Amino acid sequence: MPTTDELKLRIEAALPGARADVVDLNGTGDHFQATVISDRFDGLGRIDRHRLVYDIFGAEIGGPIHALSLKTLTPADAA
Amino acid sequence: MDTPLRDQIATAIADNPTILFMKGTPEQPMCGFSARTVAALQALDVRFAAVDILPDPRIRQELSALSNWPTIPQLFVDGELVGGCDIVMEMYETGELAELLGVDTDGPPVQAPEASPAAGGPAPLSIENRLS
Repeated sequence: MPTTDELKLRIEAALPGARADVVDLNGTGDHFQATVISDRFDGLGRIDRHRLVYDIFGAEIGGPIHALSLKTLTPADAA
Repeated sequence: MDTPLRDQIATAIADNPTILFMKGTPEQPMCGFSARTVAALQALDVRFAAVDILPDPRIRQELSALSNWPTIPQLFVDGELVGGCDIVMEMYETGELAELLGVDTDGPPVQAPEASPAAGGPAPLSIENRLS
């Protein structure tokens, strides 16, 4: 079962310089919410920002990770 | 000969100006994310087609392969993927969703056209046009 720490570390490893805050929405280890701040999102629309994060987990989304709700911000958005 | 499912999904997306793939139905959503997305569309009083992906797991597989988007719900407007629940809710809150759907939020509710956009056409995947 994935943990919030595992998800955080994997997002931050895949998007160098990113900061991810991950919450387990129901405490059941399968519905997560992540707020990700990364300069990789600069110039990207919402769809492409979310795809960058979803792609880290591939088929795990919809599998062990039943839901991953995302907020994707650039450092400027978050400032 | 049966049309491959992925083609049926592509046709449904092309034929319906606003189409939501969801878990359950607008009347009975089976997932909180789908329920919130339906609520945003209904709050804007827009007509949309809805497809329940739950009856056949292949619908979700083929949809995600087609859209390159792993989660449900998925909202398409004019053939383009708008996003899932998070994006739809963000765009609802900023007013971008109303703008995209051509809803004038300052004036009286937009009158939906009488004719269903898919009227007379095939009804793949048990698509129903819903008027909130």
